[in-house]
Amino acid sequence: MNFFSRHKNTVVLATVLLAQLLALAVQVKRQTAEGPVRVIRLVAVTTLAPFERVMIYTGESVRRVWKNYLDLRDVRRENLRLKADSERMRLDRAREQEDARQARRIQALLSFKEQWMDTTVAAQVIGTSGTETSRLLYLDKGAQDGIKADMPVITPDGVAGKVLTVYGDHTAQVLLINDPSSGVGATLVNSRLQGIVKGTPTGEVTLNYIMGDEAVQPGEALVTSGGDRVFPRGLPIGTVVKVNMGRNLFLDIKLKPAVDLNRLEEVLVITSQKPRGPDTAGLGPIRAADILAQHLPGVPQTATPQTGAPQTPPSPAPQAAPNGQPAATAIVPRGPAQNASPAKPQTRPAASEGTRPQ
Amino acid sequence: MRAINLSYTSREQVEVYRFSWPVSIGLPILLVGLQAFVPVRMPFFRIFDFGLLLTIFFAVSRRSQVSGLLTGAAIGLLQDCLTHTPFGVFGIAKTLVGYGASSIGIRIDVENPGSRFLLTFFFYGVHLLVFAAIERELMGQSVHFNLGHEAGVAVANSVMAVFLFALLNRFKIRD
Repeated sequence: MNFFSRHKNTVVLATVLLAQLLALAVQVKRQTAEGPVRVIRLVAVTTLAPFERVMIYTGESVRRVWKNYLDLRDVRRENLRLKADSERMRLDRAREQEDARQARRIQALLSFKEQWMDTTVAAQVIGTSGTETSRLLYLDKGAQDGIKADMPVITPDGVAGKVLTVYGDHTAQVLLINDPSSGVGATLVNSRLQGIVKGTPTGEVTLNYIMGDEAVQPGEALVTSGGDRVFPRGLPIGTVVKVNMGRNLFLDIKLKPAVDLNRLEEVLVITSQKPRGPDTAGLGPIRAADILAQHLPGVPQTATPQTGAPQTPPSPAPQAAPNGQPAATAIVPRGPAQNASPAKPQTRPAASEGTRPQ
Repeated sequence: MRAINLSYTSREQVEVYRFSWPVSIGLPILLVGLQAFVPVRMPFFRIFDFGLLLTIFFAVSRRSQVSGLLTGAAIGLLQDCLTHTPFGVFGIAKTLVGYGASSIGIRIDVENPGSRFLLTFFFYGVHLLVFAAIERELMGQSVHFNLGHEAGVAVANSVMAVFLFALLNRFKIRD
């Protein structure tokens, strides 16, 4: 009896393990899933995805029928509640519109540009990785819908993850923000501190690289900073729930994600972003002095120019610009507002209403 | 009927089973697919490792080490396909589980619910340790264990194994 026959089991075990170890070593070295590995994954995912899609759609149909029945029972009470909500939201909207106009004017002054979501694609979640170690989702949209790797994936509540790989025309793989290999540039809303949001092996979400001497309070919200060049700026990520002193001089900050990452059923993929300045249409030409006048109560009131009269630098400019530069260096936002009539400043709020002390 | 007489068990003949090709191929695809799909609606389902349970079931039923390790490798690699980690992490872990389960299946009686529960609990731990060793030593990643959580998950998988194995017994064909 030769060696192989006598130790057949051990030899086969060693061979299979060795082959897998070699494959693993090559992949770890390359850091990317290319070549045969990608092909194998493509075959496996495209085999399983149609079944998952059918099961999701069937389940969804049954659930919809049942939900419609239940909805009919509570429709009257729901209607009254929605009307009350609608009234309240209308009031909130009026208040927020004024805030937004003010913010856009200030952004225009700063020539502020940011990435705006241009187009999004709604997608249904059809599967997961099926393991606790790999926080992934599979979507029912793929290359045919314009989805590509590294596109942000969001919900109305906030950031969910980013597209990792696109498998064919109708399937895409999404890496959730609670996966250890993910990373999102983040800003704390109150303190304006910036860090990186990462996942942990246990599926928690943490904020990293905040120095230990910074003050971060539980309850503070986080938004995307835009610094990672994947997510547009200002999307909610979550809130701080626990702050401890960590190792290496950094704080150990645990977060509660804005999105329930365990219960994602539909998501939005941001398929294109465009750099844009703020929309200042209808706001009229703005001068630095006007903005300052709104924020500094002590700045004296300027004389309102008459309709049709050439716009002259306002008299209190020296106060607004202490370096002696006259306010004739009026900053006018680019875009449609450039064509606005010089008489437009009359429509500006607060600054030209003559309520400020001379 | 081929039987292996072993003194380590209750001196009864240990039966060897085989499975039809559709079951051998279809069942892993079905259960791994379910494992990937069901957590979308029921997140707690993520704790079940049907790949592991199937590997143990096939290994102890066939009672062949080569067959056990090859089945484990195939199921593990199928699971690897659905993750974003390097291909082979689950493959290696389940290869070892398949080999170990079939080795034990030859020596002890694995037909009663108690031994199935203990066997699954034990191999869940083996799988976890091998997985952690690969992640830490080969991939250089940090590994964190929440022992309480892992123990609970091991018990849940063991209970599931008792019911699942009873269901899967229907597919066994006596060799």
